[in-house]
Amino acid sequence: MYGRKVKLRFFFILLILITLSLSVFLILKSLEENVIYFQSPSEIKVLAEVKKNKIRVGGMVKNNSISVQSEELKFVITDFKNEIMVSYSGVVPNLFAEGKGVVAEGYLKDKNFFLATKILAKHDENYMPPEVKTAIEGK
Amino acid sequence: MASLIGSYSLFFGLGCSLLVVFFSLKDLKNLNNLDNKILSLTFLQFLLVVLSFFGLIISFVNSDFSNLTVFNHSHTTKPLFYKISGTWGNHEGSLLLWLLVLTLFIFLFLIRSKKEPKKYRILTILFQQIIIIGFFIFLIKTSNPFDYIYPVPKEGLGLNPILQDPALAFHPPILYLGYVGTSIIFSSVLAASVSNYITKEWAKHIKQWVIISWIFLSLGILLGSIWAYYELGWGGFWFWDPVENISLMPWLALTTLLHCILVLEKKSILTSWVIILSIATFTLSMSGTFLVRSGILNSVHTFANDPERGLFILIFLFTLIFLSLFVFFFFHKTDKKNTTSFFLLSKETSILVNNWFMMYFLAVVLIGTIYPIFLDVISSQKISVGPPFYHKLIIPFLIPFLLMMAIGPKLNWIKSELQNKFYLASFFVISLFLSFMIIRMLEISILINTVLFASAFYLFFITLRDFFIKGFKNLAQNIAHFGFSLLILSILFNNFLSTEIITNLKVGETYQSNKLTINFEKIEKKKMQNFEAIIGKFNIKNESDYIEILKPELRIYNQPNIVTSEADIKTNLFSDKFMTMNLVQNQEYFNIRYQKKPFMIWIWFSVLIISFGGLFSLLKKRYES
Repeated sequence: MYGRKVKLRFFFILLILITLSLSVFLILKSLEENVIYFQSPSEIKVLAEVKKNKIRVGGMVKNNSISVQSEELKFVITDFKNEIMVSYSGVVPNLFAEGKGVVAEGYLKDKNFFLATKILAKHDENYMPPEVKTAIEGK
Repeated sequence: MASLIGSYSLFFGLGCSLLVVFFSLKDLKNLNNLDNKILSLTFLQFLLVVLSFFGLIISFVNSDFSNLTVFNHSHTTKPLFYKISGTWGNHEGSLLLWLLVLTLFIFLFLIRSKKEPKKYRILTILFQQIIIIGFFIFLIKTSNPFDYIYPVPKEGLGLNPILQDPALAFHPPILYLGYVGTSIIFSSVLAASVSNYITKEWAKHIKQWVIISWIFLSLGILLGSIWAYYELGWGGFWFWDPVENISLMPWLALTTLLHCILVLEKKSILTSWVIILSIATFTLSMSGTFLVRSGILNSVHTFANDPERGLFILIFLFTLIFLSLFVFFFFHKTDKKNTTSFFLLSKETSILVNNWFMMYFLAVVLIGTIYPIFLDVISSQKISVGPPFYHKLIIPFLIPFLLMMAIGPKLNWIKSELQNKFYLASFFVISLFLSFMIIRMLEISILINTVLFASAFYLFFITLRDFFIKGFKNLAQNIAHFGFSLLILSILFNNFLSTEIITNLKVGETYQSNKLTINFEKIEKKKMQNFEAIIGKFNIKNESDYIEILKPELRIYNQPNIVTSEADIKTNLFSDKFMTMNLVQNQEYFNIRYQKKPFMIWIWFSVLIISFGGLFSLLKKRYES
């Protein structure tokens, strides 16, 4: 009934729709799995349960809290209401210092202890990650 | 003085724009000959922007702190080289560079397009002038590089030290030539739609502009990547950082466009698709500028957050998108008579399939970059999307993509048979076997890796074979595809064979592992022009008692007072040895990172090969004509 061209076009549009919906599905699904949420120490304190997925914690490095051993580095992140202990072995960025903003990526052991896998580098001394700003100002 | 000249040049440059628009509109009615005034005015405008740019450079060189931009980004103790490169190492200066490239390209376009229809040329000028006027107003109104301050300060605030680097001095101009170069494609495609000139001839003519932008964009991304590798001290070359993504997205669109133009040039089909891609490429460049300059994405590219600037670019961006959609829907008519059909097994199909994959990659990168911003706006939830997201979605699809890259160029236009292509299959078996052996050797036993290695090797061997068998036929394409296979292979080997040691050491201490020992011998201090260097000396002894000396460096800059670390990298053909050292505040311990990164230089080299493919195709065209 329909010509070859119409059939071909129909087939083509169908193909577009299928691949499109497939890729949207794929992207959304892996977004769900791979997104890293950002939380402040205060938000962690009120968590119902400690989940196993990767998160980011941000705030200020508390004064006199950095201690370095040969294998690990420990410090405290504070948002001036609550604080959390962080243990980390890895490279620290140059601008990592007491009294400055920091973002740590890693896993929660419990509500007071965070095992960091990465400390994020900042690009200049005046810069504060927006997450840290809101964490400190309180949402 | 220089600032004053620069400032006036900008106003006169804007005046030129208005005159060009006036004469162009006049010429549109009378299509006999293109007014010479347009050409002269375009050239004058380009000269004025150059003059303005030099004015800014001279202000920087003379440390003229009555100029606000110079005051904010320069310092008398800064070496001359970085005083000059500091000109485009800030928001105002880099926008002036945008403008410079915009005017340069329209001028080059005018002298290189004399054979094209007159209506099309005038319309291209008009569309390009709309963009130029927009940027002139943006520059003068929200980010004038020649604003002055009074009283004149004695000393400037200095340039961010991590930007004081040779790679970053060249990265912006080269990247811009590609990034902003897409504007001429955008203007040209709109003009061609309006004047109904989307034809084979047009494709032939615009192809060179696409290739030029593409080469510079590739090289610009390469330079940025090399910089991140040694300056940020993580030892990686790509972090899927939003700022990197926004340069990758126009590149993906441009690469897709490049392939489509090839089809259009031969068959005059896919016209709508070419128009959409051209518009998308420039729009992606503009959105990238918007995201970075508005401060939505924080990075080293964000200089000063000013909501007014973001708003201006956003409005301008929407105007351009609206304009181009209007042109697309109202002027573009698909030529019903000229729909030549092609068969399933043909070069056209393979390029279309390639386009599908590219669009998928683009969608992944786009969503990964935009989604966190989107979520923040609607739910104020802060998230970030990490590398696993991209790896998971992109790597599996690289396999068919690589295979298509190898087989596609073998097919004929319109219709193709797969007879006498026995070698295609045999090469695949060899690649599969080879990669199986490698996977066994590396002791990573995942099926997907075997297939991935195999498909990369496949492309590698097929393109290598063609160098010998086909000679000059399709050489440009073959070079670029060969480069891509080399890139993927280098990345894979680099990824699987990299080793790393992170430890904290005091001076004099030695780290011991079963493979090597790292001895922290001493530190030296050195006073330089605008920083003080602390240089560590490390002796690294491997299993065969070979001692390598690495000297990473810490630099304490005077203004602004920032510490940066300079990695020490020993490069040879097979691997990079990479070391950084950081000082943890008030502690005796130094934070040490030692990495061995195989085939690092091949990653850079293969991107050069890919770009060279583009360059070769331009040169070949020159030679033939």
